[in-house]
Amino acid sequence: MAKITLSKLRHSYMQNPKGPEDFALKEIDLEWQDGGAYALLGPSGCGKSTLLNIISGLVVPTEGKILFGDDDVTSLPPDQRNIAQVFQFPVIYDTMTVYDNLAFPLRNRKVDDAIIDQRVREIAEMLEVTDMLGRKAAGLTPDNKQKISMGRGLVRDDVNVVMFDEPLTVIDPHLKWKLRSKLKELHQKVRHTMIYVTHDQTEALTFADQVVVMDLGEVVQIGTPVELFERPAHTFVGHFIGSPGMNVLPCEMKDGAAFVNGQKVDLEGPLKAGMSGKSEIGIRPEFVSLGNKGLDAKVKKVSDVGRHSVVEALIGDLSVMSIVEGTLPNKGDDVKLSFQQNQTRLYRDGWLATEMGGAS
Amino acid sequence: MKTENQKAWFFVLPVLLLVAFNAIIPMMTVVNYSVQETFGDNLFFWEGLTWFEQLLNSERFYNALGRQFLFTFLILIIEVPLGIAIALAMPRKGFWVPVCLVLMSLPMLIPWNVVGAMWNIFALPDIGLLGYTLNHVLGINYDMTQDPIAAWFTIITMDVWHWTSLVVLLSYAGLVSIPEAYYQAAKIDGASNWSVFRFIQLPKMKNVLTIAILLRFMDSFNIYTEPFVLTGGGPGNSTTLLSIDLVKIALGQFDLGPAAAMSLIYFAITLLVSWLFYTLMNREDLNTEGER
Repeated sequence: MAKITLSKLRHSYMQNPKGPEDFALKEIDLEWQDGGAYALLGPSGCGKSTLLNIISGLVVPTEGKILFGDDDVTSLPPDQRNIAQVFQFPVIYDTMTVYDNLAFPLRNRKVDDAIIDQRVREIAEMLEVTDMLGRKAAGLTPDNKQKISMGRGLVRDDVNVVMFDEPLTVIDPHLKWKLRSKLKELHQKVRHTMIYVTHDQTEALTFADQVVVMDLGEVVQIGTPVELFERPAHTFVGHFIGSPGMNVLPCEMKDGAAFVNGQKVDLEGPLKAGMSGKSEIGIRPEFVSLGNKGLDAKVKKVSDVGRHSVVEALIGDLSVMSIVEGTLPNKGDDVKLSFQQNQTRLYRDGWLATEMGGAS
Repeated sequence: MKTENQKAWFFVLPVLLLVAFNAIIPMMTVVNYSVQETFGDNLFFWEGLTWFEQLLNSERFYNALGRQFLFTFLILIIEVPLGIAIALAMPRKGFWVPVCLVLMSLPMLIPWNVVGAMWNIFALPDIGLLGYTLNHVLGINYDMTQDPIAAWFTIITMDVWHWTSLVVLLSYAGLVSIPEAYYQAAKIDGASNWSVFRFIQLPKMKNVLTIAILLRFMDSFNIYTEPFVLTGGGPGNSTTLLSIDLVKIALGQFDLGPAAAMSLIYFAITLLVSWLFYTLMNREDLNTEGER
């Protein structure tokens, strides 16, 4: 077990990559602390699976280094890296029993039979598959097959990291949360470093202590679920996390103040120095309220999503979402929108450009 | 509300007619012949089970049957492992895939009598490439018209050349259907190449292999044209397989009764062995199905 360091990692699936657009992964520097529960979150094609396969050794990166502790493992094959990986589709050895499936990684490493038996029973107990140990793995349901795949990853107690590549894709919805909480529980028991790849924000936010958000081959933000929600470092994170996502409104800058459709908006704090480019206001729907002061807007649509309602209003022709509880406006009403000042951020070229705090 | 009617039978009718004309009626004709003695002028005499008794007591029949089983056994133990080995060695993606597939299919596209004729010439000791090379370059005394071992070597080699491709193509189809994740997982689990073959590739190939073995069994057990053209059953009777013997009795000696009895027994053996193969190879599947 060790800390995992990715240093100046770049990867391209082409033979001779030229520009940055040829790279599936663009310059990644990351550190994974020993024993942490991480999620790698991003839309399909953002490079998260590539990153995972580089850590496991299935893919050798074009540039950069991977360190486990202080050892450079960049060119080591997967079986010498002491890692475990669980795939999107359950991989089980059909002709073996559940017991043999779980024992397989240990037997391949010539572990003593008595220790194998003890480990297999321990893991089977944790996964609640003890009563299936004697059965042929081929006849199991998909969720049990996926449990066995996970079990094969967890059975070795010396692994550096256990990686999950969208492991719940083929699992029925009602079993998903069950397996997810099982996984969380297992992490607390075995304390291996775990990296969980997903495009589902709920999965990522419930499983992980730290979420790494990726987009277009880059790491956009690393943070706790709360940080990602409250202070997205990039408008992409704001969009991607939350339902509905963050409102991103193009604005004009005049003398250090922001104007949306000609109306002034107070920002959370002072602007960061040295940032330029397209200006946008970012505010989550949770922090937009309807009242009698604020920006003039017209209600376009009101939708009831259960516990609360989502009101879509137009400032000029910019659409703004607001989460409202209690009295609802009618479609076509003129309303005033107020933005909670300490949650109103400015983004330049997509990146966060305001400091926290300031006058409130 | 569904209305019950019998219209569906009309859809089965064409198949029924076809099967009647190409299987049921010829088969019943054979059954008819098998219990009668034929003379010229369409004279038939009832013989009961005489031909069957005679056949089951004839050494000639058991010899031919023995040679037939030996032939099938030999080609199966060569073609199946060889076919799997070639399939494993074939590229899974890229430019060479279609090239390999076409090359593999070529032998199977050649008509059977042409294969026999080709190998006949190929094996000629004085001008055939194989015969000449063996005799005059390597100095091995080889003449399949004189030496039974040489004759067996030639028909086995010919069948391997002609039909290993079938096993290759079916195994290959099984192999390419294995998702990449299985290989990746095996790598991470530290599995050896042998384990990958034993626990991933072989189980995934099992169904297509069952088909391949069945087809190769039936085809080789009923093989006629190629060995007939190649060796004609000789030298002596050394390569007279059951099928060749059957044709000799039926058309050579025109003993339709005994030949018909022999065909029925031949058919029964083929059916029985195929059923045994199939049942044995699927037994494990049935067990696991039952547990679901």
